Amino acid sequence: MTLFFQNLVNALQWGSFYALIALGYSMVYGVLMLFNFAHGDIFMVGAYIGFFISSALLAASAFFSIALPGWLVLALTILLAMFLTSFVGMLVERIGYRPLRGAPRASAAITGLMIGIILETGNLALLGAQRVSFPALIETSTFDLGGVFVTNKKILIVFFSLFLMLALHQLIQRTKWGMAMRAMAYDYIVVPLMGVPINTIAALTFGLGSALAAAAGILFGLAYPVLDPYMGILFGWKAFVAAILGGRGSILGAALAGFLLGFIEIFVAAIFPSTLRDLIAYSIVLLILTFRPHGFFGEAYSARLRL
Amino acid sequence: MKRVKILSLLLVSIFLLTACGTAAPEVIKIGINAPITGDIPKVGEGTKYAAEMWLEDIEAAGGLDVGGTKYTVELVIEDNESKAESATKANTKMITQDEVLVIVGPQSSKQAVPAGEIADNNETPMVSPWSTNPNTTLDRPWVFRGCFLDPFQGPVVANFITDEFGFTKAAVLYDVASDYPKGLAENFKSAWEELHGEGSVVAYESFTTKDTDFSAQLTTIIGSGAEFFFTPQYYNEVALIVQQAHELGWDAPIVGSDSWGSTETVELCGEDCYGLFFSTHYAAAGATGATKAFIDRYNDTYGYVPDDVGALTWDVLNLVQMAIEDCGEITGDIDVDRKCVRDALAAIKDFPGITGDMTFTEEGDPIKCAVIVRISDEGEYEFYKSACP
Repeated sequence: MTLFFQNLVNALQWGSFYALIALGYSMVYGVLMLFNFAHGDIFMVGAYIGFFISSALLAASAFFSIALPGWLVLALTILLAMFLTSFVGMLVERIGYRPLRGAPRASAAITGLMIGIILETGNLALLGAQRVSFPALIETSTFDLGGVFVTNKKILIVFFSLFLMLALHQLIQRTKWGMAMRAMAYDYIVVPLMGVPINTIAALTFGLGSALAAAAGILFGLAYPVLDPYMGILFGWKAFVAAILGGRGSILGAALAGFLLGFIEIFVAAIFPSTLRDLIAYSIVLLILTFRPHGFFGEAYSARLRL
Repeated sequence: MKRVKILSLLLVSIFLLTACGTAAPEVIKIGINAPITGDIPKVGEGTKYAAEMWLEDIEAAGGLDVGGTKYTVELVIEDNESKAESATKANTKMITQDEVLVIVGPQSSKQAVPAGEIADNNETPMVSPWSTNPNTTLDRPWVFRGCFLDPFQGPVVANFITDEFGFTKAAVLYDVASDYPKGLAENFKSAWEELHGEGSVVAYESFTTKDTDFSAQLTTIIGSGAEFFFTPQYYNEVALIVQQAHELGWDAPIVGSDSWGSTETVELCGEDCYGLFFSTHYAAAGATGATKAFIDRYNDTYGYVPDDVGALTWDVLNLVQMAIEDCGEITGDIDVDRKCVRDALAAIKDFPGITGDMTFTEEGDPIKCAVIVRISDEGEYEFYKSACP
C-alpha cells in the first residue's frame, strides 16, 4: 500500500510537467488552430534562462555578500524567467508563424519543427554540449509519512503547477484579454473583423504558453537538476500527446490529461517490467483515442472550442 | 552556360582526385571516433584532449619514426554524437574517404559494437579504449580494445560487495537501450546469482536512454528489500538516479561501474555521491610514476584531473604508435599498411600502459586489473582496492 501511495506522489510530480507544457500546446491550438511544435524546446529555453538567472542571482548575492534566502532566489528566478521566456514565445510567433498565417497548415507545422531544431542547435553552438547542473536553490527536506517519502520540492512542484493552472483559468475566464482569446477560439476569421487585434492576441497566447513552459522548465530543473539542449524533445512530444488526449483546445482537458499521462507512465513502470513502460503507456493512450477521437473534452472539428 | 559549369565541375573534380592520388606518403592519418556532442560530451572531450597531448609529443619529436623515416601524423577527429548510426558513418568516412591507417574509438559500447563491424569488414585496425562489452571485439580480428571486459567487471563488483558489506540481496537499475549498461547488468546479475543463489537479485529494473525520472523504478527497488543497488550508467544519469533515490528515502549503498569515472559525475551529483563505490580502470588520486606524470600534465594543460577515458585513450594511442613503429615501413599502399599495423598490434607483449600492462588475447582483448574507487568526502576518486584476473 505504501508502494501505491509512493508512486501516486511520484506520478503527481511527473504529471505536473506534462500538464504545464500541454497547456501551451492547447492554448495555441485553441486560438490559432495550429500546433506549435517548438513548444518542447521553449520549455528547454525556459529551463536554461532560469539556470542563468538563478546563477546570476547567486553570484550577485555572493559578490555583495547579501544572504538572499533560497526561496527568494527561486521566486525571483521563476518570475523573471517566465517574463523573459514569454518574449521568446512571442518572437517565435512573430518570426515563425505570423508570416505563414495564410500558408497551408502543413507549412506552419513544419515551421515549428524547424524552430525547435534551431533552438536546440543554437543552444548547442552557444553553450556547447556539456550538461549544466541546475543550482539547488532550496535545501531538500524529506518527510517520512508512514513509509511514503515526500520532499518539499515535490510539494512545491505540484502545488505551484496547480496554482498556475488555476491562474490561467481565471485569466481566460475573467479578463478582457481572456474574453478576446475565447472569441478568437470561436472564430478567428470573423472575430478580427469586430476589432479584436489578432496579432496582439496571437502574441499574448504564445507569450502565456511560453511563460508556463518556463515555469515547468525551472521546476524541472529543481527536481532533475541536469539540463541538456535536447531535453525538450521527448517532453514536447509527450505533452503534445497530453494536449490531444485532453481534447484539442481544452485547457481543463490538457491539464487533466497531463496528470493522467504521468500516472499511466509511473504505474506502468512500477507494475510491469519498466522496459515496457512507453509501449504499454502509449498503447493505453491510443486505445483511449480510438474510443474518444476528440479526446476527453474536445468536440468535433467544426464545433466551437472551449478555452 | 550550363555546359561550362559542368565542364568546370569536372575539371575541379579531376584535379581533386589527382590531388588525392598523389598525396604525400609521409603523412600518417589516425582516425579518432569520439562523442564530441550528444549524451556524453565529457567523454569526447577527454578523448580529444588526450589525443592532442599525444600529438604534441609526436610533433615535438619531429614526427613519427618508422624505419628511419619521420612521418607527420594527422588526427582525423570525427564526432559520433554518441549515436550508433553516426559512429558507423564516421568509421566509413574515415576508412574510405580519409583513408586513415588506424582508428581509435569509439568509446562507449553502444557505438563501438556497430562501428567495430565496419572496421572489421573494411579490414582496418580499430582500437576502442573504453568499450567493455565483449561483442566489440568478438570474432573480429581487426578490432582491439584498451580495457577489461564486462564479464570480468561484473564479477569484480559482485565479489567486492560480498566481501566488503556481506550483503546477499541485490537490485539493479540499468538502461535497456544501450549495449554497455545492458551487458554489464546481465554480467553482474549472473555473477551475483552464482554467489548467492537464484533469486538473490530481488529487483532488476530498467529504463530507456534519455529518461530523467526514475521514481517508479526506484520505488520498486526500495520496496523489494534490496540491501544495495548497482547501476552501471553514464555520468548524466548517475546524478539523477542517486539524488532521486535519496529523495525517496534510500540510504543504503549505490554501486557503479567504470562509466561513473568521468569528472562530471561528481560535478553534477554533488554531495549525494560522496562515499559511493564504483569499479574502474584506474584511480587518479594517489597515482605514481608515468601515470602521475600524465595526470599532472593533463591537469596543467586542461585544468582538471583526467578521467579513465583520457588515460585509456592515451594508452591506446601509444599502443598504436608502437604498432606503427614495429611495422618498420610505410609502403603507401593503405591495405598493406593496415594489415601490417593489425599484425603488429596483435603481437605486442607487455605494453607498459599508465592504466596497467597490456598483452592482447586471441580476441584482441587485454588482460588487465580493475580498481574499486571510493568517492571521497571531497569528491575525489580514491583508490580503495584492486582486483586482478
